This record gives sequence, structure tokens and C-alpha cells, in this order.
Amino acid sequence: MIDVSAVRNLFPILNQKINNHDLIYLDNGATTQKPNSVTRSIEDYYKKVNSNVHRGAHYLSNLSTEKYEQTREKIKNFIGAKKTCEIILTKGTTDSINLIANTFDSNINEGDEVIISEMEHHSNIVPWQICCDKNKAVLKVVPILNSGEIDFDKFQSLLSKKTKLVSISHVSNVLGTINPIKKIIDLAHKFKAKVFIDGAQAASHIKLDVQKLNVDFYCFSAHKLYGPTGVGVLYGKESILNELEPYQGGGEMIKSVDFNKTTYADLPHKFEAGTPNIAGVVSFSKSIDFLESVGLDNIKSHQEKLLQYATKKLLEIKDVIIYGPKHQKAAIISFNIKNVHPYDVGVLLDKMGIAIRTGHHCAQPLMKKYNIPGTIRLSFAVYNTTKEIDLCIDAIKKSKKMLT
Amino acid sequence: MRLIDEIQQEIISDFNLFSDWTQKYEYLIDLGKELKVLDAKHKTEENLIKGCQSNVWLIAKKEKNSIVFTADSDAIMTKGIIALLIKILSNQTPKDITNCDLFFIKKIGLSEHLSATRANGLLSMIKQMKLYAYGLENK
Ligand SMILES: Cc1ncc(COP(=O)(O)O)c(C=O)c1O
Repeated sequence: MIDVSAVRNLFPILNQKINNHDLIYLDNGATTQKPNSVTRSIEDYYKKVNSNVHRGAHYLSNLSTEKYEQTREKIKNFIGAKKTCEIILTKGTTDSINLIANTFDSNINEGDEVIISEMEHHSNIVPWQICCDKNKAVLKVVPILNSGEIDFDKFQSLLSKKTKLVSISHVSNVLGTINPIKKIIDLAHKFKAKVFIDGAQAASHIKLDVQKLNVDFYCFSAHKLYGPTGVGVLYGKESILNELEPYQGGGEMIKSVDFNKTTYADLPHKFEAGTPNIAGVVSFSKSIDFLESVGLDNIKSHQEKLLQYATKKLLEIKDVIIYGPKHQKAAIISFNIKNVHPYDVGVLLDKMGIAIRTGHHCAQPLMKKYNIPGTIRLSFAVYNTTKEIDLCIDAIKKSKKMLT
Repeated sequence: MRLIDEIQQEIISDFNLFSDWTQKYEYLIDLGKELKVLDAKHKTEENLIKGCQSNVWLIAKKEKNSIVFTADSDAIMTKGIIALLIKILSNQTPKDITNCDLFFIKKIGLSEHLSATRANGLLSMIKQMKLYAYGLENK
């Protein structure tokens, strides 16, 4: 059990009035709010520590480097990686995916195949399209069932010796589907394919153990884990990362530079060219502290409770259609109201101080599958309450009445 | 035809009668519902202005010295604003359309619908209306 009001006190942004109403923030799938400890850490960093990392030999630079590397260590433990060198710090999920799509492509040759699913975020589609185009490889798409789950039989039949990589989201940002990634990984490995998991919507509430999962690559964004924007994590198995060429060239990522031959730094620095978002990375360690102090399992069960409650209340409204599975689902609800455009509902809810997301959620192929222009999406976080859901449901009813 | 600014003033006075947002939006929704639906055959790729969330279809025709606009959207709120834009800009001369300043939007508190997020295609629609006018003015 968590003490929600105590948790809410850590998030001053939630105490705002928006359009003369108390803010109800249900757009956590897009980004979560930040607790005091994180914002304070960003300020403290610039006030007391600011210096570049891995360069100067002076006191502050060493301090900055130490704090930066401590976050890496913390992330390693948070996801159960074997070594810190397997944790690459990036700008976010999108950056992490692009990094691998641009470097792992040395293993992808003409006629090879990359498999993704129909429910992917554009971030997990477009980089692979580019990668496949460039290497004359074929992008295969696993369809999803009407229930919002991956068609596992189809997935199985798509796998072959030609499959070099499978890239699937752990949790769908539209449907909330929690994909059976362990099964996917094990099966893909039988075909010697590597597996990349987009954990953007998972890492804030599912306890990870990348070693047990035996996943080859896993990534997520700090900003969806109550952390700063512009910071992301890419986990990769050391043996694989070592084989890859660097993604971007620049400072930080080299051992020595000579016009005849440059040698690259070792992992993880090989993939971290240029001055990173140091304040963001350093402060991300406070988000992990926050997640661990509340407890991922507690967060998960709280969000599950909110999901159940909101689903039940929504279905009591006539003409509401919810997309996605009934079980194995994260705290994300995508729905529509018959004959109402999702955008109109979003506009009216905003008037009532409720922040939700409407539209295609960067998953246009998925919208096409359901033949809809978009959905209304509620996504819950640790600080949301059933009272907020009640108010949201009332607002949805009011909107529906106005629009029909 | 009345001047663009006169019509804008009239709309502002209409909206000033509303005491809260609900009334204002209900009125907008009604305007949207009353706007004639564009015939399916006109909902072509050519007439489409794609917003990130809702779409707008716009047609411009020159009649004598003025331009007649017809438009539609899949979202009712967007349609409501389209109805206002048509009320103001349709049947005006190309020159007046190109030169006009659409101050009513801010005055009636609907600027958020024309934000740069291009969620609903309205900002592009206004640009397109002016572009048509500019094109027809010089024909
Ligand atoms: C499943 C999924 N993948 C990728 C992304 C992209 O994340 P970011 O914008 O932080 O790079 C998101 C964020 O919306 C997401 O939900």
C-alpha cells in the first residue's frame, strides 16, 4: 500500500489550477511529473557541481564525473545488468533505438529481416525502416489480434534464419498491452536473432532483470520514470556492444585521435560522444531513489487498482469503446465514444483542468488497424487517485452530453 | 457584403454574452453541427489539410469579385471555428482576405485552437485561405 497523499506532496506541480480547476494529470504515458528531489537535484547540480565530465582533473570535474557514473551504477542495479559498461546513457528511448538501428546494421545484410509489431510507437518503426532500406533488408510486421495482443502464432511463423533482429515494445503506449517479452526473446534466440525491447512504458512499474530476461537490448526514457527530459538508457549485452562500430563521432568517445587512425574509447563511452545532459543524468538517480523508496511493486499494484477502477467506471458510460486487452495490461486506457471525435473530448476535458492525450499517439499503423483517427487515452501514475478518476469520468460524461 | 472587421466585431459581441466556457463551447459545437457537411466527393486528398489530430477540407471558388469558401472537418470543435472563419472570410474580395487581421480569435478566447501544435489543421487552413486569395487576386 502506498500513502498517495504523501506521494502527492512530493509533486508540487499537481497543486495547480488549470482553467480554474484543480489539475488532474492523466497524461503520464507522455511524460510523468517530477518529484521535488529531482528538481532540487537539477538546481543543486548547477549551483554547486557544474563541470564537464571525464575531462578536467579539477575538483568539480571529478565530482561531476563521480555523480554521473554513480547514476550509471544505479541504473545497472535498477535493471539487473551484469556490468556498468553495458549501460549507455542517451537522450531517450528514440535516441537509444536509433543508436542500435545505426550500428547493429552491420549485422543486417541484403535479404535479411527485422521484425517489429503492428502496435509499435513510430520511434520503434521508422529507425528500422531506414535501417532496412539502407541495407536492402526486409521489415516484417507481426500483426496484432483484435484483443490488442500480439499474434504469437504469426510471430512464430515470421521467424526464420533470415531474422536478424526483433524489436518489440514491452508495453504498448496506446493499448497498455504487456507483451510476453520473455517468450519472444527465447523464441527469437532459437533462430539466432537478437532482441531489442522498447521499455519506454514499462520501466516505471515493472521490475526488470535484464540478465534473467536474457534480452540483448533494452531501452527507456528517464522522463517517463519521474526523471528529467533528455536522458535515456540503452542496455546492451557487453559482447554485442563491443562488436558494434560507434554511432556518433566526437569528443568523449575516443582513446586517441590521429588523422591516420583514431582509436575508440571502451564501453560505454564509445557510444557517448559529446557533452551529455549531465545535470539530467545526475538527477535521474533521484528518480530511481524515488521509485525504489515507494517500491515498484507498490506502484504497480496502485496503478492496477486505478486501471480496474477507471475501466469499470468508463464502461458504465453508454457507447464507450475501450481498445486493448482485458488482462496483462498496464495502467493505460485508450477509448472512444461512438460518433464523437477524440479531439473534441480532449478539448473539453482540458477546459475542465484534465490533462489527457488524444490522437494517434505516434502509432498510426495501429490506428489504421482499428480504422479510427485516434483515441482518447488516460494513463495513470503513482500519484493519481480514484477521486481524480471520478472527476475525470464526470467530465467525460459532461463532454459526451455536449458533443452528442 | 459587410466588411471583415464588422463581422468580427459582431462575433465578439455574440461571444461576450456567454458567462462561462460551457456556453461558449456549446455555441461553438452548435455552429459546427449547423455547418453544411461537405459532399464526400469533395473530401479529396487535394482539398485536405492534415492536422495532427483532426482534418480539414477546404474549397475556394471565385465568384465575380469575391471568393466563396466551403469547408468541413471531422472534429466538431474544429468545424465550429471553421463556421466562424467562413462567416468572416467567405464572399469577401481577395484583397480584403489577404490583408485582414483575424483579431476575433484572441478576443473570444479561442487562440489555443490555433496554436502551433497543428493539432487541428486550423492554422494551416487560415494560411491556405489567404494563399488562395493571394493567388486569385493576381489572376
Ligand atoms: C512505447 C514508446 N516507445 C518510444 C517512445 C519515445 O520515447 P521518447 O520520446 O522519450 O524518445 C515512447 C514515448 O512516447 C513510447 O511510449
